[in-house]
Amino acid sequence: MKNSTIIWLVLLVVGGGYLMFRTGSGSMGRAYVRHETFDAKASFEEQIQKLDNEEQKDIADGKKLPEAKSAARERLEARLPDLEGITWTKVKSAERGELTTDAGQPDPAVVFSWSRTIGLWIAALGTFAIMSFLWGDNVFYKLAEAVVVGASAAYAMVVGFWTGIIQNLFGKLIPSVMRDTVLPGLPSSQHTEWIYIIPLVLSVLMLWRLAPVGGWISRWPLAFFIGATAGIRLVAYLDADFVQQIANTIMPLIVFDNKQGLLIGKSIGNIVIVIGVLTCLIYFFFSFEHTGAVGSAARVGIFFLMITFGAGFGFTVMGRIALISDRFNFLFYDWLWLPLPGIDA
Amino acid sequence: MSDFFRNLDRRWIFLVMGLSVAIPMLMGVVFPEEPSQEVLDVFNAVEDLEDGSNILMAYDYDPASKGELEPMAAAFVRHCAEKTHKLYFITLWPAAIPMLQKNIEILNREYPEYTYGEHYVNLGFRPGNEGVIKVVVTDLKKLYGNDVAGTDLNELPMTANLKNIQGMDLIVNVSAGTPGTKEWVQYAGTPFDIKMVAGVTGVGYTPLVPYVPAQLTGVLGAIKAAAEYEEAVLQNYPELRKNPATQEGLRRMGPQLVAHMLIITLIIIGNIIFFMDRKRGVA
Repeated sequence: MKNSTIIWLVLLVVGGGYLMFRTGSGSMGRAYVRHETFDAKASFEEQIQKLDNEEQKDIADGKKLPEAKSAARERLEARLPDLEGITWTKVKSAERGELTTDAGQPDPAVVFSWSRTIGLWIAALGTFAIMSFLWGDNVFYKLAEAVVVGASAAYAMVVGFWTGIIQNLFGKLIPSVMRDTVLPGLPSSQHTEWIYIIPLVLSVLMLWRLAPVGGWISRWPLAFFIGATAGIRLVAYLDADFVQQIANTIMPLIVFDNKQGLLIGKSIGNIVIVIGVLTCLIYFFFSFEHTGAVGSAARVGIFFLMITFGAGFGFTVMGRIALISDRFNFLFYDWLWLPLPGIDA
Repeated sequence: MSDFFRNLDRRWIFLVMGLSVAIPMLMGVVFPEEPSQEVLDVFNAVEDLEDGSNILMAYDYDPASKGELEPMAAAFVRHCAEKTHKLYFITLWPAAIPMLQKNIEILNREYPEYTYGEHYVNLGFRPGNEGVIKVVVTDLKKLYGNDVAGTDLNELPMTANLKNIQGMDLIVNVSAGTPGTKEWVQYAGTPFDIKMVAGVTGVGYTPLVPYVPAQLTGVLGAIKAAAEYEEAVLQNYPELRKNPATQEGLRRMGPQLVAHMLIITLIIIGNIIFFMDRKRGVA
């Protein structure tokens, strides 16, 4: 067996043993939740009381309660009789420090959560599975990768369906049906907007691609989407990234201030920006051969580009280290329950 | 010695890199931060607004980039809450909904006086990428009839009379990519002259710098700027220091420094070996 293999094996055994010890002693990998019970009637009465207080204050100040608030108060009061006996419980994550009260006694509102504990362990083991790719491609990495891709796609699809199809499309086309079924909060002022028939038809035509015949029909909505998107983006780019960027580059090369006189730093900064923009543009100008003055300017442009790429690379490294810090933070403090070092300590 | 580095298994480098991040984190190594001018520009954009101003909190990031962006997103929320600004949370990313909720939990936990519908509202997500910005900048309720919980926006005091996001005093965008800061600048900030600041990932920072300061008042780049922003907030609101959660970005800068030193050392060693080999005619 190679030396490096032995060392890695030892690391794994020690790490695994430590995990087993901490798990066995019950001091890690547990998730707790706080249960908060709400009474609908009390909540509404509290809101009405708040509006009344504001009204009293406004009257004292010689003002009148805004119409929107008066209407809101009336709506709340009208719904009061239907709220008798309606309660609900809100479940929130509880931190480690919330397990006991200020008096040191266990907080009865904070309870152990099996579902969140399982989630915590899946997250921790998933982190290890993804990190195992550093050792080499393996089945655990493949499994975790597939779970991430599948869960992300499913999540995006469900959210997209709910917000796009249900709320935006059917909410506009058949608002009364939606209000009576899945969208009770849909504004009563919302009436059928027939214009939304067009996106519905285009969507159906787009899905026609899946039909055994006439798949070409899906090219029509696709052409519409591409054309519309290109048009919208062109205008935005022309304004924000072309005209405005040219305007931003027109700047004084020598900067004076009435109080401080010549601002050397600012002046050098502006000169560097202008030279950088011009030389980089020359580098990408291929109508002339890059020789003589054009070649020299293009060479300066390359330096500017290299510095930009270097800055980008440096920021990328910082970003990647921040991501691993976040994962370690999760493993150490959320999962392993290690003591959190105080910053001002 | 050079043969040792030449034949070094890359997994040893991964292990050393892991330790260079883990050890400072476990030891709680924190280095002092001083806010740069660019960070102060962002800070002042929030600070100089009148108390109770309207701020659109456009948070476009998902769990994959939360390590980089969560500290600055939380710092923005705390700073705005200290100023009693009214916050309108919105996202163009479907996976950002839990991220919005996490930031709203900060308000619920640390600022109990903040009431839903009066001081903050969660508009949630709508599909359509930059198309959403294009619509809400002229007619918010065309796309957002309800908030994230399905409540009619006309029933919430802070949105009842809100026509579009041109009524915002500031857009705060925390972005991990597309759609994100670039789209908010292109479709809202620049054409409608709405003041805007942003916080972005390291990868996304350099392409946004040309927008500063004319089209973007300031931009925070990655965890370093997040730590500086936290420091700026803490210097102005020292009572927040009692809460360790306000110093997440600062706490992450210890591992950053050690890991960066390691990378610089490895790059220098790699270059020395390269030039040695070239001199010997091996490379």
